[in-house]
Amino acid sequence: MSDTSLLVLDGLLVISLVTLAWTALAGSDARRSVILFMAFGLVLAAAWVRLLAPDVALAEAAIGAGLAGALLLAAVREQSRQPLPARIVSKRSHNKPGVNIALQWAVSVLCAVLAGTLAWALAHALNSAPQNALPRAVSANLEASGVSNPVTAVLLNFRAYDTLLELAVLLTAVLGIFALGPARPGYQSAGPVFDGLARWLVPVLILTAGYLLWVGAHAPGGAFQAGATLAAASVVLRLAGRHQIGLPQGPALRVVMAAGVGMFVLVGLGLLVAGRPFLGYPPPWAGGLILMIESAATLAIAATLVLAFLGGQPRPLAVRVARGRIAATPIPTGKPVSPEGIRSTEPHAAEACHRIQETQKRC
Amino acid sequence: MIDVLSALLVLAGVGFYLTGSIGLLRLPDLYSRLHALTKADNLGLGLLVAGLALHSQELLTVLKLLLIWLAVLAASAASAHLIARHARRQETTS
Repeated sequence: MSDTSLLVLDGLLVISLVTLAWTALAGSDARRSVILFMAFGLVLAAAWVRLLAPDVALAEAAIGAGLAGALLLAAVREQSRQPLPARIVSKRSHNKPGVNIALQWAVSVLCAVLAGTLAWALAHALNSAPQNALPRAVSANLEASGVSNPVTAVLLNFRAYDTLLELAVLLTAVLGIFALGPARPGYQSAGPVFDGLARWLVPVLILTAGYLLWVGAHAPGGAFQAGATLAAASVVLRLAGRHQIGLPQGPALRVVMAAGVGMFVLVGLGLLVAGRPFLGYPPPWAGGLILMIESAATLAIAATLVLAFLGGQPRPLAVRVARGRIAATPIPTGKPVSPEGIRSTEPHAAEACHRIQETQKRC
Repeated sequence: MIDVLSALLVLAGVGFYLTGSIGLLRLPDLYSRLHALTKADNLGLGLLVAGLALHSQELLTVLKLLLIWLAVLAASAASAHLIARHARRQETTS
């Protein structure tokens, strides 16, 4: 009985996944597609739960559905506000339909080849490797790993190189984001209702991030999930129209961005000096070292995701507003800053004055 | 006894979800759709949480379920307000 009902549930999940993916890709309205993509992420998270992979489910829900969705929605909004540069539009307007269709076909064929290759590789791996060999190896060595959650043991101990390189990929991505120039301007205040929600949601999100980081040692959770939750707190603050969204300023931001890779490499080099292999933790210290690396990685991942949402380097504007506030007028936090508090002659500051005046009018 | 009560609560919750979804599909405009979604789904989730809480063995699980419900309540109330306000502003400007 329960087997059949679970089968029905799995079937429904698969059907909704395929339908959502198709409708998200086939639609012409970008905003609608993004919302369908977020729904797809949530259903995918449920599918991961059914596959007994709660760690992946958490990451999918937080990053795939939540933050990626917010990122895409912000991009859609930006695109609708300022249309594509004239160069791209002119290229598009007199392109040949034949070339376009050929291109579409080429992309489809390439995607199909890629999907086929992946399916073949997966089938090959499932058939050739002895079943349960890897899980057995992990559980046999779990005691020496310093943590009791096998996923964390694999990510941070047995295959720590992979995670180090993943963090290096994130660092590269954030350098690319920095190369895009200054971030988009922030949003106007969303009004008292959303402010009220943000006021208690942000502390809860920060607390949840800490919990996910800590619990990762023995239950589903870890640096990626915690970092995504922490980043969500900043995204909520930005959507609420705050200029200060928890990102450190200036050199401190760069330190946080590099913290994940930096801590990993420092620990690895320290172990080398102590005569151990690179990232070969001595078992009694493993738990503590993993927690250190994961804490640094959480901050780095959160900063990376927030910077991706900002879409560029944080504007120095926020610093000036904050400095002006501290230097000139001791206004309590949360209240609008008076434009007189800003003493810079930079164009950014003039823009800030203007925006602050606007928000005050709205208040 | 507790099983029956729990099942009844979950079924009632599912009923509210169904009503909310039908309302979302059938009601004519955005405001009444929002009204159907937020009210019916929040109550439906509350009943589901109550039914599942009766079933759970630990107090911690009950508290987590309750936290989920409260978070969804706040989030859905705020987002319904934002959507409705946005729609209203667009109506008045155009």
